Amino acid sequence: MAYVAIADRDHELEHHDPTTFITKYIWSQDHKVIAIQYGITAVFVGLIALVLSGMMRLQLGFPDSFSFITPTDYYQFITMHGMIMVIFLLTALFLGGFGNYLIPLMIGSRDMVFPFMNMLSFWVYLVSVLVLLASFFVPGGPTGAGWTLYPPQAILPGTPGTDWGIVLMLGSLAIFIVAFTMGGLNYVTTILQARARGMTMMRLPLSLWGIFVATILGLLAFPALFVSAVMMTLDKAAGTSFFMPAILSMGQQLDHQGGTPILFQHLFWFFGHPEVYIVALPAFGLVSDLLSTHARKNIFGYRMMVWAILAIGGLSFIVWAHHMYVSGMNPYFGFFFATTTLIIAVPTAIKVYNWVLTLWQGNIHFTVPMLFAIGFIFTFTHGGLTGIFLGNVVVDLPLSDTYFVVAHFHMVMGVSPVLVVFGSIYHWYPKMTGKMFNQTLGKWHFWLTFLGTYSIYLPMHYLGFQGVPRRYFAMGDTEFMPESAFALNQSITISALFVGVVQLLFLYNIIVSLKNGKDAGPNPWKATTLEWQTPDTPPKHGNWGHELPEVHRWAYDYSVPGYHDDFIPQNVPANAAPAASEHGSDT
Amino acid sequence: MTLTLVFLAIIMATVIGWLLRQTLNTQPWEANDPVENQPGRGVINIDPAKVGLISFIAVVTSLFALFLSAYLMRMKLGDWRPLAEPNVLWLNTVILVLASVAFQVTRNAATRGQRRTVKVGLVVGGVCTSLFLLGQLFAWQQLNASGYFLAGNPANSFFYLLTALHGLHLLGGMWVWGRTSLRLFTGADARNVRLSVELCAVYWHYLLLVWIGLFALLLST
Repeated sequence: MAYVAIADRDHELEHHDPTTFITKYIWSQDHKVIAIQYGITAVFVGLIALVLSGMMRLQLGFPDSFSFITPTDYYQFITMHGMIMVIFLLTALFLGGFGNYLIPLMIGSRDMVFPFMNMLSFWVYLVSVLVLLASFFVPGGPTGAGWTLYPPQAILPGTPGTDWGIVLMLGSLAIFIVAFTMGGLNYVTTILQARARGMTMMRLPLSLWGIFVATILGLLAFPALFVSAVMMTLDKAAGTSFFMPAILSMGQQLDHQGGTPILFQHLFWFFGHPEVYIVALPAFGLVSDLLSTHARKNIFGYRMMVWAILAIGGLSFIVWAHHMYVSGMNPYFGFFFATTTLIIAVPTAIKVYNWVLTLWQGNIHFTVPMLFAIGFIFTFTHGGLTGIFLGNVVVDLPLSDTYFVVAHFHMVMGVSPVLVVFGSIYHWYPKMTGKMFNQTLGKWHFWLTFLGTYSIYLPMHYLGFQGVPRRYFAMGDTEFMPESAFALNQSITISALFVGVVQLLFLYNIIVSLKNGKDAGPNPWKATTLEWQTPDTPPKHGNWGHELPEVHRWAYDYSVPGYHDDFIPQNVPANAAPAASEHGSDT
Repeated sequence: MTLTLVFLAIIMATVIGWLLRQTLNTQPWEANDPVENQPGRGVINIDPAKVGLISFIAVVTSLFALFLSAYLMRMKLGDWRPLAEPNVLWLNTVILVLASVAFQVTRNAATRGQRRTVKVGLVVGGVCTSLFLLGQLFAWQQLNASGYFLAGNPANSFFYLLTALHGLHLLGGMWVWGRTSLRLFTGADARNVRLSVELCAVYWHYLLLVWIGLFALLLST
């Protein structure tokens, strides 16, 4: 009896069976409802951040044309756009959304091990979002310190929102971290403890490996953000000098003395770099499953993929100072961090090769999720390659704070994870709703988004080479900027607005398909993983009816020679899968 | 950041060691029947609440390690003036040790089902913890009275911050303690609260260790 304590204890898990509308859809402890609540909230704030980026692009493409965008607004838009996208959209959506939905279903469990804490996690997350959004309505508006919130400027007059905005931002982050910790403890414990019979760790779908390791990273790295937020709040509110040096502000000597902003940078990036992988690892995992399912072929090098995820997770903690090459630190320090940064390219490259090799000679179905997954390989490779440039100190110094950096991180942790988000939503939409979305619209959505984002970010690399600085409200008359750079900025703005509007196709598709979509059936993609084998679609509370599934094989038995179907679900016993001869098939 | 990195290295070594056991000699692509031949290897066969608590302790350790890293980095800068720790902290330490002992006694009693001892132990543990927290507040007051204000010097700031953080974690523990006591005093059996008592005991031992580490660092710098 070495395995599975909780999954078998049905009677204990049944006691929170929802009965009323409120317990079913609002104060719900069901992981699927919580996942959808997380998802909707995250997409909602994400849309706000998308609108903010559109406003920024308006100013950059057509400076001086819009009187309603002042420099103050512009910096507030930058800050809120960055913070919302990285933390409140991507982190929340991948771990709170997909993590919540997929973990219990994929491991064959009825729910998370701590359903009440799971519910609490969502509501605390909602509070953090509300606190963040409240900063739009306080005097002075939200903080304009940039998403990195570097002191001393973040809390000194002259930066927008130093009265209320920055306090609300720091508070909101602290609340978010509490919410994430509650959710994260749940995800880790559930994956460790609640797996169905036969579901060994090495039979987990890669989605779960990505989510599992990303959650561990989050649990260990978010405290660094918490520490810096608490210490900066004290510097701001109580007059301490953790980060604040002796400083003259507006001609007056402030009470602070002796602190160092570099300390903040270390703490912030000690969180900030793992954060990149908190977003990327779930995307890696999900995309592996999409590629394997829609190429009807087992994932290439499963064990290598698991080890690569783990290696990336471990390495992500010792590269943080590559964000600080221009902070004036010891050059030998930079040498060390450049080395570790380049080493991280090795496991990442292994993953990219394995994805491509999974497609090699596969029976590729160009479904909508597959298009997004293949799109991800392109954008991620591009973003990753520019990362190798920026990881080297000598190349980074001239490129630092230019649009090259903007292009790099948007390709690698903006566009790429978002493509996976879209692909995954399309992929699991039939399971979540029981309906199939409109495939034609989905394909339009993919091509317009994919080509549109390239027309935004590819030219930005060129702007960066020319030395166009990021974070500037307007360029003005500058010698190094040729006329063509302004024209390029206009073209980027038009593409960005276009891509923004195209996302309405996606919203329209998933909302209208709820009502008008065709019934999808339990397993439209003919996938092997457990969530497609539930007795009901969408799965009911408790997921599995009377009996929990038993797992007999890994998640990648696609196109197994000698079998009639080109997939064998994980819960089919080893000897029971119908062989080709029994069915008299033509294979 | 050395301290934090050492902690992370330990965590990574644990994870990798555990994963090695999972992956070596495993051929995930092979289907196995019957299922009993394929035990769910790697499941830690203890209550999920304990796994949750252990994970939580890892998170809290990361938090304190990062604060201490910041402490050590900030200390090296020129304006650091160490503060004189009030003597009451020694008394507080003894009280917290007593609380920890009380919880250990309670835990043993709960395993044996001795309801009376569990009751006494819980009360003693709770009272000691409350005394500790009051003692910490008293220490703050003494420091404040002798002119060591929060914003006066980074050494003071860190002292208040770290003790407050530790105290808040104890308060969180007291919430679980309160719920457990309530259940016990409204008639629950000793065995029904065994798990909660056990979790409390582990958490209190952990926070005692944190406090001893913190106190040692504060005294030595």
